[in-house]
Amino acid sequence: MSALSSTYALIRKDILSELRTRYALNALLMFVVTTVATILFALRSDQPTPTVLSGMYWVVIFFTAMSGLSRVFVSEEERGTTMTLQLVASPSVVYFGKLLFNVALTLSLTLAVTLLYTIVFSTSFTIQTPSIFAVTVLLGSLGFASAATIIAAIVAKANTRGTLYPVLAFPVLIVLLMTVMNATTKALDGEEFGAAMGDFQILLGYIFAMTGGSYLLFDFVWKD
Amino acid sequence: MIDVSLTVAGITKSFSRRAIFRDISFSLHGGDSLAITGRNGSGKSTLVKILCDVLTPTAGAVQYAIDGKNVSMESAKDQLGMVSPYLQLYDEFSGLENLELLSRIRSNNFPIDERSSEFLKLVGLWDRRKDMVRTYSSGMKQRLKYAFALLHRPLVLILDEPTSNLDAEGVDVVKSVVENQKSSGILVVATNDAMEARWCGQELQLGDQAQAELKR
Amino acid sequence: MKFVKYGSIILITFVIIAGLAIPLSPSPQGWLQFPVIPALEEKARNIFFHVPVAWTTVVAFLVALFYGYRYLRSRDINDDIKSVSSAGLGLLFCVLATITGALWAKFNWGSFWNWDPRETSIFVLLLIYGAYFALRSALESEEKRATLSAVYSIVAGITVPFFIFVMPRMMAGLHPGAKGDPEGAGPVVQFDMSPNMLLVFLLSLLGFTLLYVWLFNIRVRMAKLEYERNPHHS
Repeated sequence: MSALSSTYALIRKDILSELRTRYALNALLMFVVTTVATILFALRSDQPTPTVLSGMYWVVIFFTAMSGLSRVFVSEEERGTTMTLQLVASPSVVYFGKLLFNVALTLSLTLAVTLLYTIVFSTSFTIQTPSIFAVTVLLGSLGFASAATIIAAIVAKANTRGTLYPVLAFPVLIVLLMTVMNATTKALDGEEFGAAMGDFQILLGYIFAMTGGSYLLFDFVWKD
Repeated sequence: MIDVSLTVAGITKSFSRRAIFRDISFSLHGGDSLAITGRNGSGKSTLVKILCDVLTPTAGAVQYAIDGKNVSMESAKDQLGMVSPYLQLYDEFSGLENLELLSRIRSNNFPIDERSSEFLKLVGLWDRRKDMVRTYSSGMKQRLKYAFALLHRPLVLILDEPTSNLDAEGVDVVKSVVENQKSSGILVVATNDAMEARWCGQELQLGDQAQAELKR
Repeated sequence: MKFVKYGSIILITFVIIAGLAIPLSPSPQGWLQFPVIPALEEKARNIFFHVPVAWTTVVAFLVALFYGYRYLRSRDINDDIKSVSSAGLGLLFCVLATITGALWAKFNWGSFWNWDPRETSIFVLLLIYGAYFALRSALESEEKRATLSAVYSIVAGITVPFFIFVMPRMMAGLHPGAKGDPEGAGPVVQFDMSPNMLLVFLLSLLGFTLLYVWLFNIRVRMAKLEYERNPHHS
């Protein structure tokens, strides 16, 4: 189906562009390293509790995402290629292409932070229930990307002061953040998989509602 | 010649309630050519964007038809080529890569390599095809825009300021493109230049007070 | 409109007087005595003010959302005017709700803020309003401003059911009626109040709603006049 191949081609374009310019990857990497380092200095030798750890984990993800996930739309707008894309791709192709790119970016981010945490907080960051952790990270990334993408599309059209993106994104992401932090704490505490079912239901609901709503609204944002 | 038509009815565009133009209507068929003229700021580029479905009009409708049947704007885009000063290509990619990537996103059916070499040669960029667009001069970027616009052999070609940044050679290429398009489809040219306006059979003049006059 | 104006003035005045003046007694007799609710006592009076104000801010948000949606369909700037007018009022009432809530929290539980689910919800609503206006101020074109703020309000609106209904159930909270609430603050929350308290409460709800309608009406008329005065204002 040509919509699928178009979407794939768009994602491929964005990945190739990212590899060439490293626009977002650099920012992301720097952010992760500096925030984790800051946390380390703040804690000194104190070992954080699971609740604090899971909170910190998602704080790092949130701020790093805020510095990188708007790239998909802001870079097109800044360089004037929005019109070019509008000529070659339908709005749905653009929406899903950009969304999937952000999903991939967020998942890579969570992988990087998880690895970093396991190394840096080796004694306290022990995931006792890996199944909860894995599902939480997956659903959390999907939810993050779906909210972040539509808001990136909105912000790209504004006279962007850099701070507008987090200001708009935070209220929309709070529900997601609270839920994933809750679930991650359960994973670190070693609770049973079933204990996080409620959290997973919320996450799934959030993903569906946010993706569906964004898809329907995207046309209004994308087309002048 | 394939039966293609572009019908525009009652197009009005306002920004913050100031009307740029009001109630524009015209109809073009295969073989027709229209020049959109008017002073700077009269809305030529705005009208061009509306024809390409890149901008929504405040009122009115644009309808394309192929083989006598109306087609949606989505499908019409596959038959539309546009060159404009507002159009930008990706400067982190080479000229050839731009054509290939954009063609894939458009999901074109033809072999990209053949087509891109044909048009890169036509616009005189074949030697520089592997250089990053970042390194291109403004004239070269304009030529690449033509290659991009013509790659899928569009039935409708819309040119906004067709010869901007081009040298004499480039202008000759444009003239041949224009002649070719007039015999195979619809051509729309938005321009300030009287000579360029005369390439076309009809003229739509956009005035200061948001009026529009269809001449010839 | 006259009914709305006079209605809101009369009702709110009545509620202020009745809410604050009617004494509490352990075994209330007749209409002029309120029962004592364990753990809340005098502080229960807050319900006449805090809850209606919080209710109004939610109503204002829903109205802003509705007109935002209408704008997306109609592209009529009047819908956007109504949306932003309601949002402005919503912001005002949200600030009031947060303040009355924080005061209650201080007197009841010792500190102004505790991040229990309902407190967090009103805070998030405050952030949404703030973000809405921040977005509007970053957009110069009238059409873009109207379109994008409508879209944002809908996107934010999608998350509202989640934090209003789901969160309090998932977490224990301080608010009367949340999971883990000791003893009997139940009557306040389940609206299982004595009839005279219920009456004052409902009248307050109505009074504040009417106040909102009145203010909304004024704001919309003012905005329209300003708009007509500056035909080309962006």
